[in-house]
Amino acid sequence: MKARVHVMLKDGVLDPQGEAVRHALHGLGFEGVGGVRQGKVIEIELAEGTTEATVTEMCEKLLANTVIESYSVEMI
Amino acid sequence: MKAAVVTFPGSNCDRDLRMGFEQAGLQVEMVWHKDTALPEGVDIVGIPGGFSFGDYLRCGAIAANSPICREIVRHAEAGGYVLGICNGFQVLTETGLLPGALLRNANLKYICRSVPLQVEETQSVFTRGYKAGEEIVIPIAHHDGNYTADAATLDALEDEGRVAFRYGANPNGSDRDIAGVLSANRRVLGMMPHPERACHAAQGNEDGARLFAHLADALAEA
Repeated sequence: MKARVHVMLKDGVLDPQGEAVRHALHGLGFEGVGGVRQGKVIEIELAEGTTEATVTEMCEKLLANTVIESYSVEMI
Repeated sequence: MKAAVVTFPGSNCDRDLRMGFEQAGLQVEMVWHKDTALPEGVDIVGIPGGFSFGDYLRCGAIAANSPICREIVRHAEAGGYVLGICNGFQVLTETGLLPGALLRNANLKYICRSVPLQVEETQSVFTRGYKAGEEIVIPIAHHDGNYTADAATLDALEDEGRVAFRYGANPNGSDRDIAGVLSANRRVLGMMPHPERACHAAQGNEDGARLFAHLADALAEA
């Protein structure tokens, strides 16, 4: 089994990389791009039976810095 | 007085920091990230600049969870002194010993130059050799030095006199121009600028030497 963790900067935390991507999309002629936020996706291979609570603990302890980032866990 | 300086894979200012401490008269022992204990009788731990673990995941995140960092947290919680510079500051925020976080520089550029700093707070062993409001010049060299924290945390830092240094001309987008912060007990300092790169005539600038000299004096008095 696997877990997929999405980590994003929290709303309200400035994302200069997302802003740079937005500018680049605009430069390529894509209209109507209001905003871009850039995050990361972490896929974790897990032993059968690992619980979502365990993955949440991984997020709290290491995968996300909850001062600036939010995360979501998807068991797949 | 004894200092320990940590080396992680990717640290690159560890020997400079050692020189800073030694020049001020401290005995220095180097420790490795896998070490599970600090040397006996250590007064202060220095966490150097660099790119520990290649900045993978987040700057300082892997280092903050290394065996030696667990001991550094214990040392700090027992009232020991810690100085984290640049990547060391990032490590200290990741351990939770200091509040806030360091984001990518607002202009997305790696910035390496000397910058003016204002000494904001002199009530600490690190800053007592400066005058309040004094302007000094210290080099910065970082890609992720954009200090951020929520408004309540920033207000508390200011009210408690825990902003040690502010940038004269904000180079990286840091909230309220903050360049360095102290812990609540004022014994842990994290700062993005590099005082160890400004402590010898050969480096062209000795503004950082006073930090180490007065720190050594304070430890000797303690």
